[in-house]
Amino acid sequence: MNPAEQRAERRGGASAAPTGGEKPRARGPGGRWLGAAMFLPAILYVVAIIGIPFLLAFLYAVGDVRVGSVGYHFVGLQNFKSVLQSPAFRRSLTNSVIFTVGSQALVIVGAFTLALALRDKFRGRGVVRFLVMLPWVAPVSLGAIGWKWILDSLYSVINWVLVAMHLFRPFDAPQWLGRPTLAMLSVILVHTWHVLPFSTVILLAGLTAIPRDIPEAAAVDGAGFWRTLVHITIPMMRPILNVALLFGIIFTFTDMTVVYILTRGGPYDTTQVVPSLAFFTGILGGDLAEGAAISLFLVPILVVVAYLMLRVAHRAEVT
Amino acid sequence: MAAGGVRQGFFTAGHVAVLVAFSVLLAFPFYWMLITTFKGTSDLYDITNNPFIFNAPPTLEHLRLLFGETMYLRWVGNTALAGALVVAITLLLALPAAYALARLTGQWGQRLGIAIFLTYLVPPTLLFIPLSRVIALLGLQDTIWSVVVVYPSFTIPFSTWLLMGFFKSIPRELEDAAMVDGLTRFGAFVKLVIPISVSGILTVVIFAFTLVTQEFVYALTFIAPEAHQMVGVGVPTFLVRGDVYYWGSLMAACLITSLPIALVYNLFLDRFIAGFTVGAVK
Repeated sequence: MNPAEQRAERRGGASAAPTGGEKPRARGPGGRWLGAAMFLPAILYVVAIIGIPFLLAFLYAVGDVRVGSVGYHFVGLQNFKSVLQSPAFRRSLTNSVIFTVGSQALVIVGAFTLALALRDKFRGRGVVRFLVMLPWVAPVSLGAIGWKWILDSLYSVINWVLVAMHLFRPFDAPQWLGRPTLAMLSVILVHTWHVLPFSTVILLAGLTAIPRDIPEAAAVDGAGFWRTLVHITIPMMRPILNVALLFGIIFTFTDMTVVYILTRGGPYDTTQVVPSLAFFTGILGGDLAEGAAISLFLVPILVVVAYLMLRVAHRAEVT
Repeated sequence: MAAGGVRQGFFTAGHVAVLVAFSVLLAFPFYWMLITTFKGTSDLYDITNNPFIFNAPPTLEHLRLLFGETMYLRWVGNTALAGALVVAITLLLALPAAYALARLTGQWGQRLGIAIFLTYLVPPTLLFIPLSRVIALLGLQDTIWSVVVVYPSFTIPFSTWLLMGFFKSIPRELEDAAMVDGLTRFGAFVKLVIPISVSGILTVVIFAFTLVTQEFVYALTFIAPEAHQMVGVGVPTFLVRGDVYYWGSLMAACLITSLPIALVYNLFLDRFIAGFTVGAVK
């Protein structure tokens, strides 16, 4: 949006005239009705597919529905209570936090480094960009199964290298997906691998938007790479770093694909996260009520992230 | 300026090191899929062999198994059909909605636009349990129609958001002139705005289609029979028999499916990202 348009928008907002203030010609006679008619089908479709199940999720969570059972009894907060008391759920909540914080910390540092390296044009940049984007643009379930092969208990290429370097003896190399700590490390790293390119391109968009003359002026004034980075680039990147982080948190906290493919939550639930637990309880276990109650624990995170996202968007509009 | 020169050289070397390290780390699994695809079975499953080289001559046996004895092509077909239908539904609903938001709803447009964008953030793992019941009630379980109906719930919000930005960049004067010449507002939208928005529409087509190929959770939840799978679920589920992973064919399927999607998506990447930055970058 250009500045003039923005000013017009803001003045229009301030006067809030019922006819639409600044832009009468934007509507024309009947424009409001046409607008509604063009907009409503999409909104109704999305509300039907998202809104109805969302309400149903609450309804399930305070009832006693199971697959195959008929009838519905209101049980109040019973399901939430039993979920909160279950060790499996507490474990999955802790795991989700470790999974999200761990991978997002790696993603932000890695993506920022990679974005800085990709900022300036150089020969072969297109090829490098294609290679580093692969983990994001390829279907995640297929990338994850590739990693399952790389981390295989017997034929892992990583272990072959470790053995060849004499760091481990054959048949005694790390069981990447079979030991609790290593399995958690593996799912974190594979998820990081998947999300990092996405954050990189977002940050790259932010980097290229910084006017060239500002870092150049800093360089003329004698500021080196690190000082320019800490005092100019990073502060100017704040809004876009927030955006990358917020999307990253959503894509990580609510995802179960990497965990499902690599470990199925194992060994012994040590990599079970909240969404995968909801899947195993509600879909495979058939306990719809408890499964719905578990998924609803994702809502607070979503609300906080959506609120922060709105603040970023709002600030970007005002300044 | 000797110090400066040294520093320059240092950062160039660091620069190259960073690029090489990231390229290798991020692209390695795809290289590994390629190697595995053409390796003979006995070569694959001998841990004394160096896995980086072909200890036995390359073979096409895994590809023959994949194309001849599995339902891989069927899954690809299912995915392509579902993708085409989802794209059609998305365009039909998102195009008018985006135009309305960009032109007809005034100051409400921006807010509604952000509201509809936020619904994109609602994850499948929040809704899949009740949705699986709704799908069963509608009789769509175990068919690709289940995903055809559900996927537009996340392709429409993002496509509307992308197209809204696109329509806003078209000068209003074009439509005003057309309307002076006797077209209605809707006529101007259909006959003028849509034809000059081909590149924006193409972006949405690619975006919606790739999302369909990448989605995993809904497809896993709604569709069980082997013949009706989407490719992203069929490959990791049905190329495994009990505990036996057909690694050669699995990796071949991953590579053959991923590469075309990645190539096309990469062409349109910058436009998708412009949509994701939510106005934090101008």
